[in-house]
Amino acid sequence: MSALKAKHQRLVLGLIALLALVGAGLLAAYALRNQADYFYLPGQMLADPPRPDRDVRLGGMVEEGSLATQPDGVTLAFVVTDKDRARVPVRFSGIVPDLFVEGSGVVAEGRLRSDGVFEASNLLAKHDENYIPRELEDMTKAQAEQIVAETRAADPGT
Amino acid sequence: MIAEIGLASLWLAAVLALLQLAGGVLAFRTDGTGGENPMGMFIRPAAIVQAFFAACSFVALLYVFAVTDLSVKLVAANSHSAKPMIFKLAGSWGNHEGSMLLWVTVMAFSGALIAALERRLPERMMQATLAAQGFVALGFYAFLLFSSNPFERLEVPAPEGMGLNPLLQDIGLALHPPVLYFGYVGLSVAFSFAVGALLTRQVTPEFARVSRPWVLAAWVCLTMGITAGSYWAYYELGWGGWWFWDPVENASLMPWLAATALLHSISVLAARDALRAWTILLGVIAFSMSMLGTFLVRSGILTSVHAFAVDPERGMFILVLLGIYIGGALLLFGLRAGAVAEGERFAATSREGALVVNNVLLSATLGIVLLGTLYPLLTEAFDVRVSVGPNYFNPVSAIFVLPMLVVMAIGPLLRWRRDRLERVMKPLALLTVIGAVVLAIVALVADIAFLPLVGLALAAILAVASFIPLRRRKLTRVPLATWGMVVAHFGIAVALFGMASESAFSSERLAALEVGETAQAGPWRVTLNGVDPVAGPNWTALEGRLAVRAEDASRTSEPIMMAPQSRTFWAPVQQTTESALATRWNGQLYAVLGNQLDDGRWQLRLWWKPFVTFIWYGGLLIAFGGVLSIIGRVRKDLTRRSVRSRLASRRADERALEAAA
Repeated sequence: MSALKAKHQRLVLGLIALLALVGAGLLAAYALRNQADYFYLPGQMLADPPRPDRDVRLGGMVEEGSLATQPDGVTLAFVVTDKDRARVPVRFSGIVPDLFVEGSGVVAEGRLRSDGVFEASNLLAKHDENYIPRELEDMTKAQAEQIVAETRAADPGT
Repeated sequence: MIAEIGLASLWLAAVLALLQLAGGVLAFRTDGTGGENPMGMFIRPAAIVQAFFAACSFVALLYVFAVTDLSVKLVAANSHSAKPMIFKLAGSWGNHEGSMLLWVTVMAFSGALIAALERRLPERMMQATLAAQGFVALGFYAFLLFSSNPFERLEVPAPEGMGLNPLLQDIGLALHPPVLYFGYVGLSVAFSFAVGALLTRQVTPEFARVSRPWVLAAWVCLTMGITAGSYWAYYELGWGGWWFWDPVENASLMPWLAATALLHSISVLAARDALRAWTILLGVIAFSMSMLGTFLVRSGILTSVHAFAVDPERGMFILVLLGIYIGGALLLFGLRAGAVAEGERFAATSREGALVVNNVLLSATLGIVLLGTLYPLLTEAFDVRVSVGPNYFNPVSAIFVLPMLVVMAIGPLLRWRRDRLERVMKPLALLTVIGAVVLAIVALVADIAFLPLVGLALAAILAVASFIPLRRRKLTRVPLATWGMVVAHFGIAVALFGMASESAFSSERLAALEVGETAQAGPWRVTLNGVDPVAGPNWTALEGRLAVRAEDASRTSEPIMMAPQSRTFWAPVQQTTESALATRWNGQLYAVLGNQLDDGRWQLRLWWKPFVTFIWYGGLLIAFGGVLSIIGRVRKDLTRRSVRSRLASRRADERALEAAA
């Protein structure tokens, strides 16, 4: 190592560290723009559907009367709806969270298939009285009830 | 009455922390003029008495929880009379206020420990260190007393408590937060030492040797806390995963990453007197991360930004404290870093060089995790809601972690100061061959994703590499600290193998079974024998009876019995799924019981996870390596000290003889 270089070793080390960290920061910023999972309400999802290869979250209320178990016993089909009555059909294979019932709030993680069905890989429901998935917090209980009521009114057959 | 005594003790402890700080400031300021300020002599006793009062306060909290004193608001909100005693006690720190009290109590204790025992450093530096410790503690006392009083009374005692979240009523989770807190607090001691060293401009190898056991202990606790937390999430949530990149998990991972970097750079400082400023900076960052972690988790900011607005006072307090400590420490560093003389130099290919690379890559990983954790908060300010998960964390952190693991295999083979790669050519060639062979075999026999594939190859390389530093050495003469490094590095290899194997080879089976029916999961046949109701102290449950046989075993062979449950707690009312695990040496079978369908079938989710347990065995090995290192270092320090004191007494004897003659 040359004398000049040795003299500035601390400076060089500092620069290398700084460079690596800035690089990490830029990489993180780039990756976050592309890899973060965006949250959609049913209306947003219908208006501006995400690409089929992107993981996203869909949040809303489980429509009354829409919940049906497929013959295999482990695949569920239901419809997630919001206060503007936009409806997104959802498929989920697995064991549902304990508080998952018709009329309850839900956040589904998964992808929107190109045929318009949301393929959920995981469901987050209300865990207990004190915890609400943060995306659903804006929907107060009253709003939720209103959605349910409106859904009923719109679909008297159920 | 007991609650009031607890509160009074808390106030007294806060006053003593103030005395500790004031004494330190006065002693420090007047020291330049020559005479020693008498306030300086109060610092050590103040630290010890402060720990006594903090302990009194915490014992008072334990007591009100043990007897379920429902006139105390915190007890009413978080406990219940019909709860097992262990969870009554654990409930005292399973909430915001109680956990903050545990924090300051542990911190006061470690302060008392250094005040009582640590005599190696110059007294001026010790005073500055203890003053810094008092300053940090003071902020936490203020936070407790002004916005999170754990002893607040209700005007009318509640008829019954609200209960502890059933998910937290688990022995693993009851003990997990205290262990993590010991880690956080150990880093606070390292932070105080760093501030003391900066203030007195004595960033010396001696400072590094004194603070190293604390960093090591903190790191061991963090490692165990993360390992335990991961296992808890694995079996209690019933999702089959062991790491979710949840903000709460990241909050414990970030201090661990910083502590790992600090641990390695402090070793360089102790052994070679290099990386002075860098070590100090890492000390500041490590503690900042543990504070950030505690606050992010405890303030509820991360579960929801709205929770912040619900209690603006507490939120503001948190922000101000974070600003004062992190900002203040960084400012001090900025002002004093220039005055820290450059340490010893070293060549790029040397043990130091490898450790610098390790440090930079660890810090970069830390940056990746930090940005990913805070990003949802940032976008929410612009009303865009995102969550950041494995899609981001896995590939992006791998960019830095994989090269770091490679350097980790080579670094310990290099000599201090200056080395040539040609000297370690033979082991390098061996490691490359091992890696290539594993890579080729796995790629041929199994079709697995890129990251697990590389992970398996690296695990093999690391497992061998971690033992190479022992070659050509007499094993009985290898220092304990070196054994610690070997074991910890081997632990990383073991954990990495578990992670890669779990993500590459897991097989999942989702089935709806009638009683008597059988499903196949991996190499196992699982028969549902029945579902029965069972009851516990504060819950009832439906319990599935599963008989498990290996697929090649005969139908009459003795089965393994498993009993997953779906529990309903009544205080508070909540359902949880209790997964059942059958552990074999080569993996775990994981079973979750779902709902009953209208036609009478039961939903069952089964996973066979080959070698998943190695993740936590690895974690335990890493922690054990840390423990070996602590014992080795402390023992060496003690011998050194006794030799020195014997030398000193002999010299004194000689002088006395000369004087007499």
